Amino acid sequence: MSHPALSIPAFAVPHAITPLLEVQDLQVHFGSKPAVRGISFTVHEGETLALVGESGSGKSMTALSVMGLLPDGGRASGTIRFAGRDTSTLSPAARRALRGGEIGMIFQEPMTSLNPVMTIGAQIVEALRQHQPLSRTAAKARALELIDLVRIPDPKRRFQDYPHQLSGGMRQRVMIAMAVACGPRLLIADEPTTALDVTIQAQVLELLDRLRRDLSMAVLLITHDLGVVGQWADRVAVMYAGRKVEEGDPSALFALPLHPYTQGLLRASPRLDDAQHYTQGPLTEIPGSIASAAGQDGCAFAPRCPQAVAACRAAVPSLRILESGRKVACPLAHQD
Amino acid sequence: MPLLSITDLSTHFRLPDGALRALDGVSLEVEAGETLGIVGESGCGKSTLGKTILRLVEPTAGAIAFDGDDITALPTGKLAPYRRRAQMVFQDPFASLNPRHTVAKILGDPLKVHGIGGLHERRRRVEDMLRRVGLGPDALDRYPHEFSGGQRQRIGIARALILEPDLVICDEPVSALDLSIQAQTLNLLARMKADLGLSYIFISHDLSVVRYFTDRVVVMYLGRIVESAPTRGLWARPLHPYTRALMASVPDPAQGRIALPLKGDLPSPQDIPRGCRFHPRCPLATDLCRSSEPELRDAGDGQSIACHHA
Repeated sequence: MSHPALSIPAFAVPHAITPLLEVQDLQVHFGSKPAVRGISFTVHEGETLALVGESGSGKSMTALSVMGLLPDGGRASGTIRFAGRDTSTLSPAARRALRGGEIGMIFQEPMTSLNPVMTIGAQIVEALRQHQPLSRTAAKARALELIDLVRIPDPKRRFQDYPHQLSGGMRQRVMIAMAVACGPRLLIADEPTTALDVTIQAQVLELLDRLRRDLSMAVLLITHDLGVVGQWADRVAVMYAGRKVEEGDPSALFALPLHPYTQGLLRASPRLDDAQHYTQGPLTEIPGSIASAAGQDGCAFAPRCPQAVAACRAAVPSLRILESGRKVACPLAHQD
Repeated sequence: MPLLSITDLSTHFRLPDGALRALDGVSLEVEAGETLGIVGESGCGKSTLGKTILRLVEPTAGAIAFDGDDITALPTGKLAPYRRRAQMVFQDPFASLNPRHTVAKILGDPLKVHGIGGLHERRRRVEDMLRRVGLGPDALDRYPHEFSGGQRQRIGIARALILEPDLVICDEPVSALDLSIQAQTLNLLARMKADLGLSYIFISHDLSVVRYFTDRVVVMYLGRIVESAPTRGLWARPLHPYTRALMASVPDPAQGRIALPLKGDLPSPQDIPRGCRFHPRCPLATDLCRSSEPELRDAGDGQSIACHHA
């Protein structure tokens, strides 16, 4: 450790060369309707990137594209590279092996992702044996370890339980156990705590973060909750109407949002740390709705933007990288 | 005299595998013009409380008095005058609006049922209310599915307000809405409160919204009130360990990571712990908490708590 060359973290070089996940100009259409309109981002080994946005922002369709699970009628274009491999060149079998193998997934509602007529133990065993050549006994032993890993008390008893016998928080832990069963390098978590109570949400997010560190996973976190992003993400990309409008370090970004949409979102949300009250005045609204972006040329946020000028309606603003490393897709945004 | 006063209200449901004590001895008052927040997690009884107050579900025990009149035992047929004065806004405006009725019918029917005005007068009132909630007259002949979530909630609010009630129970009215739409809806509710002199019972799991929107707060846990206080006072001095944990659990974008505030799962209201209901998850619990249930007691400055130790 005393040697100066060793003070550079060993992972610094591969980081710069190959991100774990690299999405380039992803577009998703349903018929002629665009859901994602050209988004690019990277996730590095071991990091948590949050995609944050409201309904219609395209964040879930982005995640589903990465998993190769777009709903029927959805067409994706662009490049998705995982660990350097272009996933579009993989055979269907190789893609299936990737999903649930190197890429784990959890969703908002664990009850709809779990089989109601199979014990949770049998489901974890099945997930394991689909990707690894394990005997029944070995898979069962591994499943018990996984149930313990996600801090479900009394794994032997819980192994025999059906999903309906578990609370919402416990069911999400089971989903997490299945998602990490094969030691994924990337975990995609789509609104993983949105259906949970706030004290349970805190527990599940803490568990996810601990697993991320212990298992050296990267996490792609999809959420609408700015608070969750601020506390758990290393980097955040704010999405609006299918595009990335701002990206940066969460604490810096929330302290000084530069895109008018990010600014609007933060002003619109009542916060626990200041003493806003309805008797002192209304919340600052973002007028209109995301639907007003439909059929727009130029910046999709322009119809709702208090700062919009004529140029905003003429061309889609490109994503600029500022000196601080912040990326922002607004020609009017400046840092000072 | 308070506008609403409930005393020792309990609502139990009989289920095949035992009783579910959704609401278990709750007393509170709502003053005219006040917004009372009800906050808590799943199974705390906050929604059952709202529905019981409106007699949409029947209480097992206790009393409900509205403007001095005991309405607990009124036969359903005599509830109409009460229902005209006390209305409800639901979380999911899609599930609570009849998909086969036009907006004109959704808003006009309550007036018709209560025998208010003739055809023209009703039409005038409906158009007026639509304008107040920010929708144009072109909405009249459209159906709920033609509107966005935020617009549907405006229709839900218009329906609750068309009878000019005194009390509106809002059950998670902004929980299903996007952040930018949430602010629009809260501002609308605040404006209507000022214009029509309403009182609100505002049921929510979202502490930041409750802090912004209410004058007084009641914190519930497994069917009981654990703490109640003026909103400002509660955030300045939360006393109950559950209230504190709840506040600490809310992630804030500007805050760093927090220590895990609470261990353990929420117990089921079918299996309520003995003694203090919160003791299995409470960092302060002692033998006393395991054996005896604390009563709500005065803690000064309008604050009350149900805790042996706080």
